Amino acid sequence: MGFLGQHGLLMIALLPLIGFLINGTLSTAFGGNRSSKSMVTAVACAFPLLAFLLTVRIFFSLQAQNYDAIVEHAYQWAQIDTSSFNIDFYFDRLTAIMTLIVTGVGSAIHIYSTGYMKDDKSYGRFMAYLNLFLFFMLLLVLGRSMLVLFVGWEGVGLASYLLIGFWFEDRANAAAGKKAFVTNRIGDAGFLLGMFLLHKTLGTLDMDVINAAFNSATLPAVSASLVGILLFIGATGKSAQIPLYVWLPDAMAGPTPVSALIHAATMVTAGVYLTARLSGIYMHAPEASHVIAVIGVATAFFAATIALVQTDIKKVLAYSTVSQLGFMFLALGVGAYGVAIFHVVTHAFFKACLFLGAGSVIHSLSGEQDIRKMGALRKKIPITFFTFAVATIAIAGIPPLAGFWSKDEILWYAYASPNGGSPILWGVAALTALMTAFYMFRLLWLVFFGKSRVDHEVEHHIHESPASMTGVLIVLAVLSAVGGALQLGHYLEPQLPLPLVPESLEHLELTLKIVSIVLAVGGTLLAIFVFGGPPSRAESLAKTFAAPRRLLSGKYFVDELYNNLLAKPLAWISEHIFLGLGDRRLIDGTLNGIGSFGQFASGVLGKIQNGSLHFYALFVMVGVVSALLWSWSRA
Amino acid sequence: MDKQHQLLLWLSIALFSLGLLGVVIRRNALVMLMCMELMLNGVNLSLVTFMNQNGQAAGGVLVFLVFVVATAEIAIAIPIVLLLVKQKRSLDVDAYSDLKG
Repeated sequence: MGFLGQHGLLMIALLPLIGFLINGTLSTAFGGNRSSKSMVTAVACAFPLLAFLLTVRIFFSLQAQNYDAIVEHAYQWAQIDTSSFNIDFYFDRLTAIMTLIVTGVGSAIHIYSTGYMKDDKSYGRFMAYLNLFLFFMLLLVLGRSMLVLFVGWEGVGLASYLLIGFWFEDRANAAAGKKAFVTNRIGDAGFLLGMFLLHKTLGTLDMDVINAAFNSATLPAVSASLVGILLFIGATGKSAQIPLYVWLPDAMAGPTPVSALIHAATMVTAGVYLTARLSGIYMHAPEASHVIAVIGVATAFFAATIALVQTDIKKVLAYSTVSQLGFMFLALGVGAYGVAIFHVVTHAFFKACLFLGAGSVIHSLSGEQDIRKMGALRKKIPITFFTFAVATIAIAGIPPLAGFWSKDEILWYAYASPNGGSPILWGVAALTALMTAFYMFRLLWLVFFGKSRVDHEVEHHIHESPASMTGVLIVLAVLSAVGGALQLGHYLEPQLPLPLVPESLEHLELTLKIVSIVLAVGGTLLAIFVFGGPPSRAESLAKTFAAPRRLLSGKYFVDELYNNLLAKPLAWISEHIFLGLGDRRLIDGTLNGIGSFGQFASGVLGKIQNGSLHFYALFVMVGVVSALLWSWSRA
Repeated sequence: MDKQHQLLLWLSIALFSLGLLGVVIRRNALVMLMCMELMLNGVNLSLVTFMNQNGQAAGGVLVFLVFVVATAEIAIAIPIVLLLVKQKRSLDVDAYSDLKG
């Protein structure tokens, strides 16, 4: 047991932080770029890769000790009365999967970024932020205590804010960053309340202890559903579920690798991880679980409908991410925690691949993001096309690619789970799966097939991306293709048991599997039929459904609704009550009142001092006489 | 208290009151200064009377202190009045009311 043996988990988290500190100081502090680009690249990629290798090593030692969780004490943060707050790390099957994904996909995206961002003037700052994000994300997944998790939770929010507003010279980008941060803060309030409640009842925030407490014979004296709902509010913020999903589509203002890493593969799955990690609570909170399932499936459905009509390549993927996160929460809601994590992993592969592919497309078209100005790109950027197509097939749920396996299991448990599964949930989810296939193939066709609608000027510059980008795309495409073989739901079963399906339903499994394949293929064929044919076909379809199309293009006008229902009344209250009444009248008014009273009093008293000695002497006399009279009267 | 001392005290009150009245009523700076001396001497008289009555020396000491202070006061006040008169050729204190703070 050397240092790495004792503090291996700590080192995993700290390695990206070291990268951040080196790059952060050398390329942003002390007046600008102090290190060459190749140096920044080496530092930024080496530390995440080292963290990945270390994770793999620790994963094997976990396997060698029969998956007994590794607990590592790093530091005692505070000791208040009898409760101590420790920075401990915890490594079990669930953590292992999450850490491998974060460091693995994270490293891949770092390498991709070295190609994508190489011409940016703030290249060093970008890589430093990415490393910082990785540090906080690792803290989030490795922490044993909810407190450490929360530090990571807030830290990834910070990194997300910094990276969404990376090109902050444009006000819209800065506003998008702010929106993400503020929306997350609403969720965090729920998270904190849940955490307080748990600590008050159980006296600890260590998540394995909390799970054990809820699984013991005597249940803790706290409503599991209340805690579950409060923590889920936190999860809706971070993982972009109804009603707090609005920040994620706007978060696409950030550079594309950020969208891939933070807003698709890792950070947004933090809510899923949290719920799965605290499955002990949710197993005893059927009400909270129902809420999660319904919100999940509703989010999946609505986001998918919005994705049908978006014209920005990244917005389509953003709504698709929201929709897929909805699927994950559906799985959590029906008690299939392992399956949700399985979908997190496959989604990380194919959605990272899609986003990075989209980045490659944008890169080759010199910054164009509108899919109406693309088309026929498959011959010009073949590697991007090929990888994008693989990931599209994967997300559409066509076997045998990764997306099929995880999504099919989610659909199966949505139907058959004894913990709240129902045909209605399955029906909505299946419809969503159909739409997923439709909008993804619509995207694929509009970007890579048909006639070129690219601007002439741009057309000359179309070029395949450098090897650092395409290499990563190929790796992720391979993972999207074969990732389904991992079968993580069953791998996690000893830790996160899957719901026991009643025997009466088991005969349906094959039927439902066939139905979901039919739906995926059906959606695909429909999209190819509509968008593969002459353009008039899609246009006439758009005309027929003009009204719903407007509703969808406007994203159900949720932003406007929030603006009118929440933002404007709040602004009115701040303007009139807090500023007008509280600040101007009460605080300023009191102070100004004291001031003007002083001025008035001094005006009156000033008149007495008229310079006449007699007057002064008279006053002295009157004073002396009255003092005498007063003392006499009291004697 | 015997009659002699009582008379002396009444005299001292009369002196003090006359002086005070003079300071308040008269406008001539020199007269006002003299009235102030009158007030001081009224007080001195009362001090001496009490000393005589109680047979204690402390009152006498205080009287000498008052003499010294009064002398110093006049030594400063008269030059000030002289300088003021040099400015405006007037002994009326109201002429100098623009000297207020």
